[in-house]
Amino acid sequence: MATQTALPATQGELADSIRVAVPERGLRHDARAVGVVWRRELIRFRTDRLRAVTSLVQPILFLFVLGTGLSSLASRGMPHGLSFKTFIYPGVLAMSVLFTAIFSAASIVWDREFGFLREILVAPVSRGSIVIGKCLGGATIATFQGVIFLALAGFAHVPYNPELIAILVGELLLLSFTLTAFGVMMAARIKQFQAFMALTQMLVLPLFFLSGALYPLNGLPTWLTALTRIDPITYIVGPMRHAVFAHLAIPGVEQHLLAPSITWAGWAVPQWMALGIVAVMGASMMGVAIIEFRKTE
Amino acid sequence: MTLPATITDEVRPDGDRAPVIVVEGLTKRYGEIEAVRGIDFTVARGETFGFLGPNGAGKTTTIKILCTLANATSGSARVAGFDSATQRDSVRRNIGLVFQDPTLDTYLTASQNLRFHGELYGVPATALGPRMRQVLEMVGLWERKDDLVSTFSGGMQRRLEIARGLLHAPHVLFLDEPTVGLDPQTRSSIWSYINELKRREDVTIFLTTHYMDEAENCDRIAIIDNGTIVALDTPEALKASVGKDRVQIQTADDDAAIASLASTFGLTAGLSEGAVTFAVAAGEQFVPRLFAELGVPIRSVSVSRPSLDDVFMSYTGKTIRDAEASSSQAMRQMVRMHGRR
Repeated sequence: MATQTALPATQGELADSIRVAVPERGLRHDARAVGVVWRRELIRFRTDRLRAVTSLVQPILFLFVLGTGLSSLASRGMPHGLSFKTFIYPGVLAMSVLFTAIFSAASIVWDREFGFLREILVAPVSRGSIVIGKCLGGATIATFQGVIFLALAGFAHVPYNPELIAILVGELLLLSFTLTAFGVMMAARIKQFQAFMALTQMLVLPLFFLSGALYPLNGLPTWLTALTRIDPITYIVGPMRHAVFAHLAIPGVEQHLLAPSITWAGWAVPQWMALGIVAVMGASMMGVAIIEFRKTE
Repeated sequence: MTLPATITDEVRPDGDRAPVIVVEGLTKRYGEIEAVRGIDFTVARGETFGFLGPNGAGKTTTIKILCTLANATSGSARVAGFDSATQRDSVRRNIGLVFQDPTLDTYLTASQNLRFHGELYGVPATALGPRMRQVLEMVGLWERKDDLVSTFSGGMQRRLEIARGLLHAPHVLFLDEPTVGLDPQTRSSIWSYINELKRREDVTIFLTTHYMDEAENCDRIAIIDNGTIVALDTPEALKASVGKDRVQIQTADDDAAIASLASTFGLTAGLSEGAVTFAVAAGEQFVPRLFAELGVPIRSVSVSRPSLDDVFMSYTGKTIRDAEASSSQAMRQMVRMHGRR
């Protein structure tokens, strides 16, 4: 890596000063910037234990209160031995990362208000590496949040199968990344903290409700079918539920009924494609965020 | 190859060194407001250069252009050998910045803030630890390195920002109003740290201030008012350019002394702070004549140079406080006019 200083350092008189040559911008430097922005998110999350606890409250309410309360009603539609809690578990698992991921981007708005964003934006690194670091950081802490909720799988009669857990963690990571990218994209534009919180709050619940997290995607009225298909969360809840049901001992017919493939006008979207849609959306929202941040200052 | 000292060497303390900042015809317009109106100056390597002027004079706008945070409307600025408009990253690598408003992450510790900065600026991993210790010791915060910044006082936060600005060993350290909002005692402690770092680091300092007494710490000062540089020189030379020193004498008979000053020397004197006070050119040389010719016994004499307040006054015809009042009024008016449209 080439190091360059515009002016030669004076030797001798500053013998006690450690000479530091800041390198030309390069891939390694950008990678370090990604790393340090990512690490800051983790440090902030670690010191903020209250946030970790409070963001678990909502999914726990959904799973145990709503799930238990509705189970007597919903069990009529369930095959024998399958709990309603098990049915909604994948969707609620997705929800457990929803808030953490989007709100991790709120720290950008926060940083802007408290001046720290300026320190980041004047650094001689590409804006891209800052945005990537932020997205990966948010994705990591949100996934970590999801993993805590994943530990409760037994209470919803979801087996602790290593393969299933690996698949679910991977899908949580993908979802968290896309959601953080969405949040970062919004944070590039929205300068007020209150406005950011209000807007994301307004978006989060509809995204959750339209994703089919709490009901199967077949047999819905046309208007609701259309809405569920444009909700990006649908394309991750589908594969997550598919993975969970594949590891349950229930007949194939029932599986099809309760965990149907996502269809576009009758055509079943393959699992890989559903996941691909989420990944592409995440990447493109991150791209928009990078462009937005390049424009500022 | 030592060259005989030239006149420029007296004006520029480091005349034999290449300038670190070169500004030519710099102009910045915000809509109809011309914040900076075609300024020129150079800053020599190792110099402490002060931009002195009231709020709204164009100091922060200039610093923003130099630091690549704003584009000039016309003119050019070169910092550490790079063009601040076209070679932004190169400029940024070679400068340290301490903004007027705090830019620390108060949820992180002091050392976490520094480490973040070091990684972001690509400070080599092996040098980062020792360098962090060095800058933290320089500002007297090494013992507090593991404390959250939110527990720091305003002065400590400012010191940490100065340490952070130096972490990547920049060629130029920009300090935008480094002591604004701090109490007088903390202000003077910040200055003792700045003077200490001048001694220990090979760094050029460019600072803005609207405190006259702080400008005295600079090697050279540019007085800026209404977007133009009205004077640029060493504090001594600027004060000398005002011409007259202030002389205060305590005498056995003040009335007789005042009368004698008027009749013998043609000076108008008055009583101020319990002493006969008057202004005269080259006060120190005047004192022997005073003793010889006044004819009234003198108990004590003090001669003081004009302050930078007097300098600002003599160049702009107003005190810095008046200038601030009128510029903020103009700003309010501007906002009102724009709001109406």
